[in-house]
Amino acid sequence: MSEYYFRTSDLSVGYNGKTLIHDIEINIRAGEILTLIGPNGSGKSTILKSITKHLSVIRGDSFIADASVNSMSFKELSQKLAVVLTERIKGELLTCYDVVATGRYPYTNTLGLLGPEDREKVYAAMRRVHADELAEKDFTAISDGQRQRVLLARAICQEPEIIVLDEPTSFLDIRHKLELLSILRSMAKEKGITVIMSLHEIDLAQKISDKIMCVHGDIISHFGTPDEIFHEDIINELYGITAGTFNIAFGSVELPRPEGEPEIFVISGCGSGINTFRRLQKENRPFYAGILYENDIDCQVARTLAAETVTEAPFMPISDAAYDRALELMKKCKSVICTGVPLGESNRRIRDLIEAADSLGILQRE
Amino acid sequence: MNELATNHTGARRARYLAVFICLIAAFAVLTVWNINSGSVNISVSKIARIIFLRQGNDTEIDIIWTLRMPRIITSAVLGGGLALAGFLMQTFFGNPIAGPFVLGISSGSKLFVALTMILALRFVSYVSSWMMILAAFVGALIAMGFVLLAAKSIKQMSMLLVAGIMINYICSAITEFMITFAQDSDIVNLHNWSLGSFSGIKWSGVRVSSAIIIISLIVVFLMAKPIGAYQMGESYAQSMGVNVKRFRVVLIFMSSLIAGCVTAYAGPISFVGIAVPHLIKMLLKTAKPILVIPACFLGGGVFCMFCDYIARTAFAPVELSISTVTALFGAPVVIIMLIRRHSAKA
Repeated sequence: MSEYYFRTSDLSVGYNGKTLIHDIEINIRAGEILTLIGPNGSGKSTILKSITKHLSVIRGDSFIADASVNSMSFKELSQKLAVVLTERIKGELLTCYDVVATGRYPYTNTLGLLGPEDREKVYAAMRRVHADELAEKDFTAISDGQRQRVLLARAICQEPEIIVLDEPTSFLDIRHKLELLSILRSMAKEKGITVIMSLHEIDLAQKISDKIMCVHGDIISHFGTPDEIFHEDIINELYGITAGTFNIAFGSVELPRPEGEPEIFVISGCGSGINTFRRLQKENRPFYAGILYENDIDCQVARTLAAETVTEAPFMPISDAAYDRALELMKKCKSVICTGVPLGESNRRIRDLIEAADSLGILQRE
Repeated sequence: MNELATNHTGARRARYLAVFICLIAAFAVLTVWNINSGSVNISVSKIARIIFLRQGNDTEIDIIWTLRMPRIITSAVLGGGLALAGFLMQTFFGNPIAGPFVLGISSGSKLFVALTMILALRFVSYVSSWMMILAAFVGALIAMGFVLLAAKSIKQMSMLLVAGIMINYICSAITEFMITFAQDSDIVNLHNWSLGSFSGIKWSGVRVSSAIIIISLIVVFLMAKPIGAYQMGESYAQSMGVNVKRFRVVLIFMSSLIAGCVTAYAGPISFVGIAVPHLIKMLLKTAKPILVIPACFLGGGVFCMFCDYIARTAFAPVELSISTVTALFGAPVVIIMLIRRHSAKA
């Protein structure tokens, strides 16, 4: 017994005998969530489809609890692995209950009739995803968010050990994204169901996943824990981000900073400057920011948007070096915006800076 | 929650039961009505005596046993088969207006049956039921092959139907061509048959075709579970454990066999394959194969018995071709269905 519940070995996948992605090595334990991230068309779906046997693999194999997926029949696989796919369900005249009930397929008799126990499991699965009130609704008449939940219920009542989801959060609004992911999270942690999925929202991927796989064209560029993967250089390289930045700590994105010679200096602190930074970015006016403590939330944003940010180590009195640099930059500017900052013992030299701006006659208070 | 669910299930069950009772009742009424009508008037009590006791005068026995009975059974069984074949093809192609006639499958059968009849009459001077069915089946499979080829290269739903219509025209043209050059003695029969008709079938034919269709019905009914899974789409079907490749082959085989068998005996009949499954689904308000399959079979029988009654009696003694009548009642259903689908999407 391998220590990993699901693994692939020497897996190559592609279409029509042509390899798209090679050397895929996945190793995850039971109850872990693996998320595939990567740009559009990088092959996330191709990998998922190969794991679920919808595509035949070009080389290598996947293993569920050491059982080879290649040599498993579709029926055997269906009792271990359930899917939520991107393709629309074709069926007509199906209620949501009917759709969820198809999850019981691998367990019913020749005619596919549901027993009382099956029916109870269908309702339990619907309750699990808060979709029980949808049971008698027509499947085509519900919203995208409801549809994803119903499809997840369908997968749950198939009683799988692994659920594979292809971009389950696409088309969902933020509330439904969070709902769906938290259901997956609790399923993985409480029931030990292993989850493999692809996500476009890397900020959410970072927060929900135990393992991240970066799919980058023909290779897997990185595989590891979110802590290992979420570094600015890895993400920027994976997605080829040149315009704008991705903030690792918050998973937020900023548009690229304005180009040109700054004419504005922003004095802020404790979050008072963020809106000003973003407004200046939108107006395409370059600016300097400072003096900000490195642990200040303003500093996180200023670093990605300001032409230069004058910083100081946390909790230290403002040094001469920082003060002089700030003053030097300020003198180049036509105006200084002060958005308000609480002043204390260590940062009292900010007051000197504001006074200097005032005496230069370029100070604006906000 | 569960109480609500039970209520819903209860209402659904009542609906299913009502639909089946109506279908069976209609089936029974039409059977009696059909036996009882024709150019010679025979009273119901006489008919009952003829059927159950075999008593009566020879002409009347003859009319009932060699003319009316085989025809009724044929129209019921083959009509049911047509509806069933239509349902299978709709499932296969995921297209609500697929059916043996529109896709050109019936015409493929027609071509091969006509060819077999002409060759057989010329060289061995008899045609057996099995030869006809085999020819129809081969013709259906070949036409199906062309449709599949077209469907593979062109993914659009409408193109599938265009391909079917083209196959239809080509096969009909060749059939007409052959009929033109057939011997005079063959022509009358062949021509009537190629327009579609339930008349002229003998008991031997009734037995063979009924056996094939009934066995097919049972096989298809036993496939209700994978058919239901397949309705959700190929990928989901596979994830539920269906061996999709094998299932598709079986589905093609069964629908071609049924469509071929019907064509071998009754010629190409239009619209039954599309209209009946649609009506049945509307009545049942579900597409669950386990209900739709038997209901389609009954419904197809009812529809064809009704249409055959009109074909026989509307302008008696002149008989209409069965396709004329089925088109008259079937085509509006299809048009309404298309409009409703379109407006549901918009």
